[in-house]
Amino acid sequence: MDNLTEQNNDVIIGLEVHIQLTNLKTKLFCSCSNEYRGAEPNTYVCPICLGLPGTLPVVNKKTIDFATRLALALDCDINQQFWFFRKNYHYPDLPKGFQISQYNKAGGRAFGDGGKITVRLNNHKRDIKLNRIHLEEDPARLVHKGSIASSPFTLVDYNRSGVCLIEIVTEPVISSPEEAREFLKQLKSIVQYTGISNLELEGSVRVDANISIKGHKRSEVKNINSFREVERALRHEIIRQKNAIKRGRVLIQETRHWDDKRKITISLRSKEFEEDYRYFPEQDLVPIEIDEVFIQKVKEDLPEMPNERAQRLRREYMLSEFDSENLVLDKRIADFYEAGANADPSFGSSEYKQYCNWLMNNISGWLNENNVTIDKTKITPKHLEELIKYIRDGKITTKIAKSFIKDIMEGKSVSQIIKERGRTRLSDENVIENHCRDIIKENPQIVKDYHENPKALEALIGRVMAKTKGQADPTITRKFMLNLLKK
Amino acid sequence: MEIYNYMGYELIEMVKSKEITVQDIIQLNFERIESTDHFLHSFINLSKKKALETAKVYDYKLKNNNSIGKLFGLSLANKDLISIEGFPTTCASKILENYKPPFDAFVINRLLRKEGAIHIGNTNMDEFAMGGSTENSCYGPTFNPWDLSRVPGGSSGGSAAAVASGQTIFALGSDTGGSIRCPASFCGVVGLKPTYGRVSRYGLVAFANSLDQIGPITKCVYDSALLLELISGKDPLDSTSVDVNVDKYTEELKNPIEKRVLGVPKEFFGEGIDSEVKNSVNKSIEKLESLGATTVELSIPHLEYTIATYYLLCMCEASSNLARFDGLRYGKGNDDLTSDVYTTFSRTRGANFGPEVRRRIYLGTFALSAGYYDMFYIKALKVRSLIRNDFIKAFKQCDSLVCPTMPSTAFKVGSLIEDPLEMYTQDILTCSVNLAGLPALSIPCGFDTKNLPIGFQIIGDYFDEKGILNIGYQLEQELGIYRKTPPLKSGGG
Repeated sequence: MDNLTEQNNDVIIGLEVHIQLTNLKTKLFCSCSNEYRGAEPNTYVCPICLGLPGTLPVVNKKTIDFATRLALALDCDINQQFWFFRKNYHYPDLPKGFQISQYNKAGGRAFGDGGKITVRLNNHKRDIKLNRIHLEEDPARLVHKGSIASSPFTLVDYNRSGVCLIEIVTEPVISSPEEAREFLKQLKSIVQYTGISNLELEGSVRVDANISIKGHKRSEVKNINSFREVERALRHEIIRQKNAIKRGRVLIQETRHWDDKRKITISLRSKEFEEDYRYFPEQDLVPIEIDEVFIQKVKEDLPEMPNERAQRLRREYMLSEFDSENLVLDKRIADFYEAGANADPSFGSSEYKQYCNWLMNNISGWLNENNVTIDKTKITPKHLEELIKYIRDGKITTKIAKSFIKDIMEGKSVSQIIKERGRTRLSDENVIENHCRDIIKENPQIVKDYHENPKALEALIGRVMAKTKGQADPTITRKFMLNLLKK
Repeated sequence: MEIYNYMGYELIEMVKSKEITVQDIIQLNFERIESTDHFLHSFINLSKKKALETAKVYDYKLKNNNSIGKLFGLSLANKDLISIEGFPTTCASKILENYKPPFDAFVINRLLRKEGAIHIGNTNMDEFAMGGSTENSCYGPTFNPWDLSRVPGGSSGGSAAAVASGQTIFALGSDTGGSIRCPASFCGVVGLKPTYGRVSRYGLVAFANSLDQIGPITKCVYDSALLLELISGKDPLDSTSVDVNVDKYTEELKNPIEKRVLGVPKEFFGEGIDSEVKNSVNKSIEKLESLGATTVELSIPHLEYTIATYYLLCMCEASSNLARFDGLRYGKGNDDLTSDVYTTFSRTRGANFGPEVRRRIYLGTFALSAGYYDMFYIKALKVRSLIRNDFIKAFKQCDSLVCPTMPSTAFKVGSLIEDPLEMYTQDILTCSVNLAGLPALSIPCGFDTKNLPIGFQIIGDYFDEKGILNIGYQLEQELGIYRKTPPLKSGGG
């Protein structure tokens, strides 16, 4: 498996990423609510999204705004006139027997053509070229008892039917599962910044991947239902193909299904029997025109995108490329950072760096472990700002600070934590005085420094704190330290 | 009083002046239906109880000088593919036998809920509007009131027969390739196919959605103008409906037509058009000339390709529009739970669609398939734009076009049903209008030697319903035959 992490020049991957525009209020072609999650099945429906005979679709104007945002963020060429196509196929989740989608052949145009996402892998930057992005409607949701195969029934929940999807199609230029992972990481970040979707919601992302080994037939792996699974599915499929080649088997062009319970791909059908979708124009909708004025307006309203923000953070906070790029990935983390790092005028490059490190290591680590996002915790930028200052000023050691994380995440300030812990622990003046004596004895150089630069006091106090694991009362410590140094 | 002797606008005046009650009218219509429908078979489902209740409410309102809308409780028969909330809408197909829409079509909302028409029932038609004779109905054919051995035309045959025989005052139809004008012509009534986009299609079960348009079928031009006024306009639920000013059609009917230039497209009088039809239409053109109109002969050169183009496109669209009837939600329950989903779908569709519908789904699916798409569908779209351009060019030379509606008068039941190609050829004079998206009116202009009505077609420029209704009205008044009532008997030969 390890060789996969190397640059694999013989692997060719193309992705089709479907994302739901979860931040829309209503569905793509009707006025039913988009927020069907957790709702009673078949309650967010109307004659239109149920596909009842005689109903007609009407394009939700807001989707055009959202698609324009994404197209601009991905550097696509927006087709200023486009229309929808019908993709015809029968499946129980498809109420009309066709899906209203877009097509870039037969005279059709996607919403946007081209575009790119820049990814960094092994310290090497590369543009992943996009083929197009297009809009389409989500089918209904099929519900089974257990697995598809063993379920005695299939239930259809039309709440999802007609929700707006945007499909991002890459060129077949991705060269490894890791690169695919980095691509999706960046895409997720861009989508978050555009404000069009919350990809953390269950079922908001579905990925199909085309995978081949150079010189051999490709397979299409469908049903990868989260970004996290993509890398795993790709690894599996590449190994499967390579093993087959090694054994001298001829690969066929086929569609495979990612079984995320067993973590393997299963053959669905070979491409010789590929479904013919009989695309043709959806004439219940009129062509949609987008003018330059509209695009400009959307552009102006578009927030700073992650790559621009990373550049600015490097400039304003003197962060490294690596730090700035990591920091901006999740907009909420980056917003938190700027709110905190910016608040204290005494902060300079070293505090900026510290702030970033604490946020990206300890705080993010805690968030990951607890599987929450920062906005769902009680920590404020002020809390971390205070923590950084306490460390800087030697009031607490890094080690102590780390032990505060849990309390900080619950909304306690550093001073409050120290007070609480101090009260219950070390306030005995004799003990503290002894500690101070010891530290002075052990650190003649700092004591010498102190007489030239009183700031070194903080370093001595810090050592007392360290020695007492942060339990010494800082005020009492300061008092004794000053007294002892005067002697 | 015989209800079939009265025009809609006359009955409205009588209701207004309290000469007659709404209940009288509805009662008379149902008496007429009860005495004639066992041999005409215009209706699929009736709404007698509700109609009489509504009539009672309307009479009460009128008595108290409350407004009930511009249609004053007059009867409306609805083609069985326009959705009415809670009323069976079967499209004359087994697959929708038990389907009741949970919503009203736009036109139904306008006519029944706003303007006070009373729904008396849904009329027979060719299954999913596919046909020109009303023989392709899962409920059996409708018969022509002028000769019961003949077809009423189609696909809105039930609506036309119901109007012609006085079973209803007004009717709605839909026209994809002539489905309003053909039965209007065969049954001797007025049928209007509006410009594509003039009337919202919301609630109309689609046959070929780029061609379908709802329109009125009435006894006289005035009544059609009245209904059109009430159902026209932009509907936010139909993106293809157009926001073009709705004229006061009824007020423009009496305008003089002198200086009007009428184009006579020579291809519409060519081979295959019955000579009696041609003579009658030509006489009417002379009448229009005598009223001051001038005529100019012109050409629609691509007319010869219209049948092929029309059938290709409508079949392609139909194959997709009817895909939703898969047995999962519509159609008799297929209880075989052991077979896979595609087998179940196929069985339900095979068992519930009639032969003509199946034929069109097969052909449409085929024509859209990979490898054939460019050869058929794309080519047909190109020819469609050539035909449209022919008309646009023609309207630079004239105000309206005049020609026959149908190549012949009504044919015998069963005579063409085994010969689909010959049946399709019947649409030669009507379907080009749908391809171009233009408005057209058919009015009766005479009778052949078998006493069968002949239809006169007036084709207008885009959104010039005002112009064709004006010409139609003037000709109707000049001819004075619109009050003739059908014998409701079998003819000879």
